[in-house]
Amino acid sequence: MMDEKESDMVTIYVMGKRYRVPGSLTIMKAMEYAGHQFRRGCGCRGGFCGSCATIYRTKGSYKLQGALACQKIVEDGMYIAQIPFSPAEKRIYDLDELRPEAGTFLEYYPEIARCLSCNTCTKACPQDIMVMDYVQAALRGDIEEAAKLSFDCIGCGLCAVRCPAEIVPYNIAQLARRLYARYVVGPTEQVLKRVEEVEEGKFDEEIDELKGLDRETLQERYETREKRL
Amino acid sequence: MTGYPESMQESLRLVEKTRPDRVGKSFRAMTADEKDQILRDWHPDFKEDQKRALRIGPSSGQVMPHEVANILEAHTAITPSEIDLTDVAYDVDVLIIGAGGAGLSVALLAQENGVDPDSILMVQKLRLGDANSKMSQGGIQAADAPDDSPVIHYLDVIGGGHYANKPELAELLVKEAPDVIRWHEELGVMYDKLEDGSMQLAPGGGTSRKRMHSCKDYTGLEITRVLVDEFLNRGISYVEFTCAVEFLMDDKGQVAGAVLYDMDSDEYLVARAKSTVLATGGFGRLHIQGFETTNHYGATGDGIAMAYHVGAVLRDLDSTQFHPTGAAYPEQIIGQLCTEKLRTRGSQPVNKFGELFVYPLETRDVEASALIRECYGRDNGIVTPTGMRGVWLDTPLIDIINGEGTIEREFAAMLRNFNKFGINIREEPMLVFPTLHYQNGGVEINTHCETSVPGLFAAGEVCGGVHGKNRLMGNSQLDLYVFGRRAGRFAAERAKKASVGKLTLGHLDRYEKWLADAGIETDRKAPILLPEYRGKRTLEHQLKLL
Repeated sequence: MMDEKESDMVTIYVMGKRYRVPGSLTIMKAMEYAGHQFRRGCGCRGGFCGSCATIYRTKGSYKLQGALACQKIVEDGMYIAQIPFSPAEKRIYDLDELRPEAGTFLEYYPEIARCLSCNTCTKACPQDIMVMDYVQAALRGDIEEAAKLSFDCIGCGLCAVRCPAEIVPYNIAQLARRLYARYVVGPTEQVLKRVEEVEEGKFDEEIDELKGLDRETLQERYETREKRL
Repeated sequence: MTGYPESMQESLRLVEKTRPDRVGKSFRAMTADEKDQILRDWHPDFKEDQKRALRIGPSSGQVMPHEVANILEAHTAITPSEIDLTDVAYDVDVLIIGAGGAGLSVALLAQENGVDPDSILMVQKLRLGDANSKMSQGGIQAADAPDDSPVIHYLDVIGGGHYANKPELAELLVKEAPDVIRWHEELGVMYDKLEDGSMQLAPGGGTSRKRMHSCKDYTGLEITRVLVDEFLNRGISYVEFTCAVEFLMDDKGQVAGAVLYDMDSDEYLVARAKSTVLATGGFGRLHIQGFETTNHYGATGDGIAMAYHVGAVLRDLDSTQFHPTGAAYPEQIIGQLCTEKLRTRGSQPVNKFGELFVYPLETRDVEASALIRECYGRDNGIVTPTGMRGVWLDTPLIDIINGEGTIEREFAAMLRNFNKFGINIREEPMLVFPTLHYQNGGVEINTHCETSVPGLFAAGEVCGGVHGKNRLMGNSQLDLYVFGRRAGRFAAERAKKASVGKLTLGHLDRYEKWLADAGIETDRKAPILLPEYRGKRTLEHQLKLL
């Protein structure tokens, strides 16, 4: 169904090399159309995994912009380079021994204190996350704010490669969310109660009974089961 | 401002016009007989010319889509004589193939059950955590609500699966579900909660209770990234961009590791292991019957091909899950998932006249069939400029029913991904059509996640039996952790006792003999590792000089 009329084609430059591709394609599909087979730089193809981070400049613009290759449509005159990996060290910790406070971030990621509040990270984010705001929230120990603001992060790494203070925001975000869920929110009572009931064997007899039914009786039970939605 | 072309505007106006009257209304659910009939008439699984009986191996005679039979009735992708089995690159207790939700759970539990982190090796075709697990949006089931129980969950699973599930696997799925949620919370997964601290729960297609736990519409992303973070904290060995291409066996008839392939350098590596766990996921990228797919780039069915090469028994591959609501517009995102949670929170499928035509929460196979019938049986679909047909999924209802701001709060991914292509789902519906989503069948396992071949374990989507002939929403996420954790435990136990003999690839000679005996002449090879999306001109002019 791809329309290949010359009038619908645009020119793109993949790592400097010129290609003519249909203008309706995403960067990812345009690169494939041009003959690239991805081994790196391609993942879920749907905006959920962050493996296709891409930087580009468009014709006549000085701005260096970031996008996910699977989510961005090509433009005429676009210069493209993928950044399939951002060099960054994730620090090792034992969640059981951490405390939900600012000091934890400073201990594991001391470079967080270098944040200049320049907002470059936020501008680089293809998910439109307020990256600088969550870094600042972590710095002042507001774990809830850091966790919630960063929730939609897919870890593409574009913030980390742009940060002039060389912070890796997505690692800080991951630590914030785990601290928040584990220590600020904590376990859910109904879950713990049900786990205990299962361990006590409370449901074994009824499930055994269902397992022992013939197909017809089982179907009858299924079709007539009570629904509470 | 509208994101749809002029040709679709008239139908959009009808949807808007009928919307106020549809609030609080629903189409009636189908009877058992009606469901049987619509599946037979409209579900892709029932198209006789689209499937065939497998001609070789222990599961010969099993019927499956041509695309799946094609990767099984194929030669191995490697040349065994080129592999030096005495040059062992990795010698470990537990080898895990695949780093999605199942593989990560295997690794964590193998370590907790006494295997040294250096004696575990996880290999992954793409990046750590890059898998369908991460793309799951709507949620994960667990019967922990006061008015729910694992017994009710069991009945939903078995009925939804058309009574074809392996009962003992379905039982484990529902009984271990609450503990999976407990485990996730302990690891720091942010589940959606209500003001009072209880879980925010939603129904799913075919559930009889509100049982869906979610993390906005990034449920799989949130769980996977936490597991990856924990995996890295534990110091377990792993290699990215390195996949398994064949299992190794030994002279005792056990699986004893795998031949790996480095995707960057094209070199092979021999990995010897006492326990080998297959967690490679499904086959969406085989594009069964030409359907678009929601699946990850790496979902090429490698696991079933490799497992069949060592003679592992398969099951239920005659049934494939088509998710009812894949995007049908715009062109750039055709086939991508529009989460079932959109329907559980009140959006409705409507036809070109703005009319309801199906209960929004039928099981996925029935719901998908109803959408196909509406488009192709009744011609009540909406046609896009490229000729794609679809029906509307009326999303603005979600905010009308649940209050302004619900979409923004609970559907961040959907809102964002459609906004990027000019469609605001708070104000306009989505256009949807069924899309290839899940491999219902696969490698047969027992309650210890052992396959029929000693030394080979399996967990997650690559397996068959848990979901029967149709999986319910939220049960695949659950499956990953229930069976991934079990596989980790039992693989660790086996590794403590097992010893590996002399390595061999003799099973590949046997496979060639099966092919020859069945008179199968083909140049197909498997596993295929990556789907082929390069432009036609490139492929026609390809030389391999380097």
